[in-house]
Amino acid sequence: MAGAIWAIGELDDGAPTRLGAGIAALVAELAASGGLEAAAVLAGPGASAGATELAAQGLDVLALEVPEAGDHATAAILAPRLAALVAEREPRYLVIGGSPDGRDLAGVLAALLDWPVLAGATAVRWGDGGPAVEMSIFGGRLITQSGFADEHGIVVVHPNAVRAGDPAPTPGRVERVSVAPARALPAVPVRERVAGAAAAASLEEARIVVAGGRGVGGPDGFRLIEELAAALGGAVGATRAVVDSGWVGYSQQIGQTGKTVRPDLYLAAGVSGAIQHKVGMQTSGTIVAINRDPDAPIAEFADLFVVGDLFEIVPRLTAALRTRRGDPPGMPGGAEG
Amino acid sequence: MQIVVLLKAVPVVGTERLDAAGRVDRSAGLEPNGNDEYSLERALTLTEAHGGEVTILSVGPAAATDPIRKTLAMGAARAVHVLDPGLIGSDVAATARVLVAALRRLDFDLAFAGADSSDGGGGLVPAMVATQLGLPYLSYAADVEPLDGAVRVRRISPGGYHVIEAPTPALVVGTQLLGAPRYPSLRGIMQARSKEVATWTLADLGIDPATVGEAAAGTRLLRTETPPPRGRALVVRDGPDAAVAQVVAFLAARGLA
Repeated sequence: MAGAIWAIGELDDGAPTRLGAGIAALVAELAASGGLEAAAVLAGPGASAGATELAAQGLDVLALEVPEAGDHATAAILAPRLAALVAEREPRYLVIGGSPDGRDLAGVLAALLDWPVLAGATAVRWGDGGPAVEMSIFGGRLITQSGFADEHGIVVVHPNAVRAGDPAPTPGRVERVSVAPARALPAVPVRERVAGAAAAASLEEARIVVAGGRGVGGPDGFRLIEELAAALGGAVGATRAVVDSGWVGYSQQIGQTGKTVRPDLYLAAGVSGAIQHKVGMQTSGTIVAINRDPDAPIAEFADLFVVGDLFEIVPRLTAALRTRRGDPPGMPGGAEG
Repeated sequence: MQIVVLLKAVPVVGTERLDAAGRVDRSAGLEPNGNDEYSLERALTLTEAHGGEVTILSVGPAAATDPIRKTLAMGAARAVHVLDPGLIGSDVAATARVLVAALRRLDFDLAFAGADSSDGGGGLVPAMVATQLGLPYLSYAADVEPLDGAVRVRRISPGGYHVIEAPTPALVVGTQLLGAPRYPSLRGIMQARSKEVATWTLADLGIDPATVGEAAAGTRLLRTETPPPRGRALVVRDGPDAAVAQVVAFLAARGLA
């Protein structure tokens, strides 16, 4: 037998995440090209119920019910159990979505299993006897393709590099499993959960991102960005200057010390395009920039560059897009990421 | 309170390139990784408020000396630079092993790291280090508060934040929200000249050179390519209404609106 490749899913409030479903779809493809068996693993509180939903993608799902992961930082709780499951079933490769928890999990798993890891994959194909992992480095100025030296490895995939497939004609089987942790790691309990601005989570997965920079002038100006994002059904991003000014939260910052996004459309208003911002977005599909400075650096890497006043253009653009979508005037648009 | 800050010396953002061997060129022009500086800033303010000292730990090439000196000028008390030709080409697993061996030789209550590095790191090394040392791992910190024999961290969550706690020693991964790093003062720069930078080799750490470096790497670079250049931007300079019509048409033509 050629072995197996596993998609490690993720639970959000008892439901499998879209990112995890996308990872499952990717693993199904890789397994088909490589002649491997594909499976998904879902671990955490409510894994059994979530596994049924994830199995709609067509993969068999191993469900590992771990209630205590609900009130702890998850990596230290889940990774030792997943490591034990890997030791028992011996898959060759693990593919994990690059969410914050997914990255933590990958790091802990790599240490427990002593497996090599390739992180930040923007595409994964089956190569010469193993996954060929494409990564975009140096802020998008170079594309590398890497593989594993032997027949094991962990791939961490950028959240925007996968898409969940349509439900398969035949859903996969769900197998409930239980294992003893490979090793006890120090638990990190959650003492309190504080809700903040929602929807920020979708920024890295969004197909459309509308970002505002210093040029929006203040929180009121930033609201124009949010309205345009809603009209396009996109997520809201910002430069560091906007975050430092407190107009929007850090979770929406794009750039060197924020998030890296690669949506199909990146529309920026009042963003100059400094290097620290550019490295977080320049691999986006189409880049549209609105800026009153014709010499703004973003003109150098935009596909469409509108020289003008964003306060005049953005509200009109929002209205035109709403009309195009057939929204009643004055109604907020959808916010589907 | 003793804090060790893990520091990666990275090429100045925007100047990164590969050397002839296909590795990130780290021969010159390095700076402290941005996220590491935020963690250092918080480490410095914590020791200023609660006593103790900050030690820098960096695994890197000879050119890492300048970024290390900068962190000493910012206020770190001393630095350990793990420097060995055998480390060239190490993968993240080997780097983590070296950091683990060095941390075993240092006394600390907290180890700080930055959330990821600007030169293509996946941000996995801190989790690997904490796991190998059996330390509590507290990531994506927006705030760090020392307690008696423990640490409390405000961890950024998708919809807000979680307050997490663990006994010390522990490893904390910091983000930009820990605060803007200070600029080295002239006095700090002068003082840094007399601060100790210990250079440790693989032999000092008892690490078999066969377990690190390029030959031991579990990953290998297959090929590189430069992405095709984006064509010149279509520039629109008409009034707002005409500009909006052009943007809508442009998006519609590409199936984006």
